[in-house]
Amino acid sequence: MADIEVTEDKAAPRNDTDAPLLEIRGVTKAFGSVISLADISTTVRAGQVTCVLGDNGAGKSTFIKLLSGVYRPDQGELLMDGEPVRFGTPREALDAGIATVFQDLAVVPLMSIWRNFFLGSEPTKGRGPLRRFDAEKAKQITRSEMADMGIDIRDVDQPVGTLSGGERQSVAIARAVHFGARLLILDEPTSALGVKQAGVVLKYIVQARDKGLGVIFITHNPHHAYPVGDRFLLLKRGKSLGDFAKSEISLPELTRLMAGGAELEQLAHELEREGDKSGALGRELLEDTKTLG
Amino acid sequence: MTTATATRGDERIAHVGLLRRQLVKPEFGALVGALVIFVFFWTQSSVFVSSAGVANWLDAASIPFGIMAVPVAMLMIGGHFDLSAGVQVATAGLATGIMTTYWGLNVYASLVVSLLLMLAIGFVNGYLVTRTGLPSFIITLGMFLGLQGVNIGATKQVTNKVTVDNLNLVPGYQFLKDVVGSTITIGGGQFPIAILWWVLFTAIGSWVLLKTRFGNWTFATGGDPNASKNVGVPTNRTTIALFMITSAMAWFVGNTLILRSGSLQAQFGVGTELIFIVAAVIGGCLLTGGYGSVIGASVGALIFGMTQQGIVYAGWDSDWFKLFVGVMLLLAVLANQFVRRYAEQSRR
Repeated sequence: MADIEVTEDKAAPRNDTDAPLLEIRGVTKAFGSVISLADISTTVRAGQVTCVLGDNGAGKSTFIKLLSGVYRPDQGELLMDGEPVRFGTPREALDAGIATVFQDLAVVPLMSIWRNFFLGSEPTKGRGPLRRFDAEKAKQITRSEMADMGIDIRDVDQPVGTLSGGERQSVAIARAVHFGARLLILDEPTSALGVKQAGVVLKYIVQARDKGLGVIFITHNPHHAYPVGDRFLLLKRGKSLGDFAKSEISLPELTRLMAGGAELEQLAHELEREGDKSGALGRELLEDTKTLG
Repeated sequence: MTTATATRGDERIAHVGLLRRQLVKPEFGALVGALVIFVFFWTQSSVFVSSAGVANWLDAASIPFGIMAVPVAMLMIGGHFDLSAGVQVATAGLATGIMTTYWGLNVYASLVVSLLLMLAIGFVNGYLVTRTGLPSFIITLGMFLGLQGVNIGATKQVTNKVTVDNLNLVPGYQFLKDVVGSTITIGGGQFPIAILWWVLFTAIGSWVLLKTRFGNWTFATGGDPNASKNVGVPTNRTTIALFMITSAMAWFVGNTLILRSGSLQAQFGVGTELIFIVAAVIGGCLLTGGYGSVIGASVGALIFGMTQQGIVYAGWDSDWFKLFVGVMLLLAVLANQFVRRYAEQSRR
């Protein structure tokens, strides 16, 4: 495994005590002649949520992969606690405390919650040929970690496949928190969920934030992002439309920027003028377009 | 097995009844099936439950089917087949036989060489499957055909016959035969010691699968290799290890067979690989991987053994035996499908 180029010296006092957990500075990534991301900057602080918003093809996936060690930036740099870092592999990012919960969640549906929770990092007891998976410990930790997130599990033995989408997400988040994540990257955790389930996941995001984690919340839904976000990075076709603190932007402005434009708004307003009934239709259309991307 | 589908309550009920907890265990269907078949043949023939009768069907169930069903089930849970498992049994036995009786090698040295050969075969299977990403069905089908040719070709070349024999004349034979091929007489029935080996391997296999990290990785690799990789499970190593375990067990079974009688047919094993898979499936393993039980697979082999011998005791035409196996397989697959749906049911 390649070395992480971190000039880490925990004893030394930090030159800047207010250094953000992760700072992304002018990051650019191109694949051949296609520029996927151009000059993107934002920050994530511990105990805060940075939302990354963008439509399909905005470069959200590339952004996640840069942070989680799958790709390396062509230009620009990542700073963790004020120190520049470079991740060669996802494992290195993980070791540095950046945990990514991808859309597939990396859970095995047919396996129980506790087996999934410790998959790949099973605690063991006994030695030599009798070294075995410490199931009791695993079950107990799973139960308490999930409870810590405010999730009451009916039965840790039940297969993950029997959980709802939101609950599955919570297993993945609780797992990342337990294994020492300092920065949690959530890839569209609410996109496939119904209204209620999405709300549940937003609650988990807040829980993780309150535990002092930095959270990067990738979404295309400003209505999900605005209530939980402290900072908003808007991406469009690989470019940054702006990086705002919550105080600098309102939800309507955010939605307007996201919807990408006047033409959509125009259409909504036209429909709205035609009376109450189709006005509602217009609003719905506007919502739908935003939600569906 | 149909009783397994009987009653299902609301899934949201927090209290899970004993029946329901048993019901979702993969081996449940096989256990019920075994009980039904046992009682059925009991009513058909008193010899079936006599000491000699029990010894007879336990022997039929244990070797090669029962012992091989253990690694084949683990491999299937890990998401793969080994169609060459049957002929590998013969390869292992023939290799030992040729090295000792024709080349004059010490029997222990031959066993070690034969084990290394089998591990190499298992490694090649696993390596090709993980490296190419091709279905294990195709890779091991190639290995199956290849080894079938080698078994007959090499045996004929060395012995000018299609069988390797006279192992019983080799020094050190008797002790080894006692270890794997002796019989214990209980109440007039001669119980081969292979039954004990079968029980032992089933216990070890089940322990490994349910209680170790490797077992967890096996379930995960078969259940969702991509997700497993993302959380750091060495899926390729797990797959290769599972193929090598299968080959190592083929080594044990092949050598037990040749040590028991002193000889082995070169064509042995062809067709048995499907019975191993049948036992695993009857035992609750999903063909798609990620779910199953070693105990279930052993019970599957037991069902096979009981049916095979029971038909004879009941005085029926044993030509119909495979029909029973086929019907049981279909019933088992239907039961499995139900269980899988139940397990994967989302509560969205």
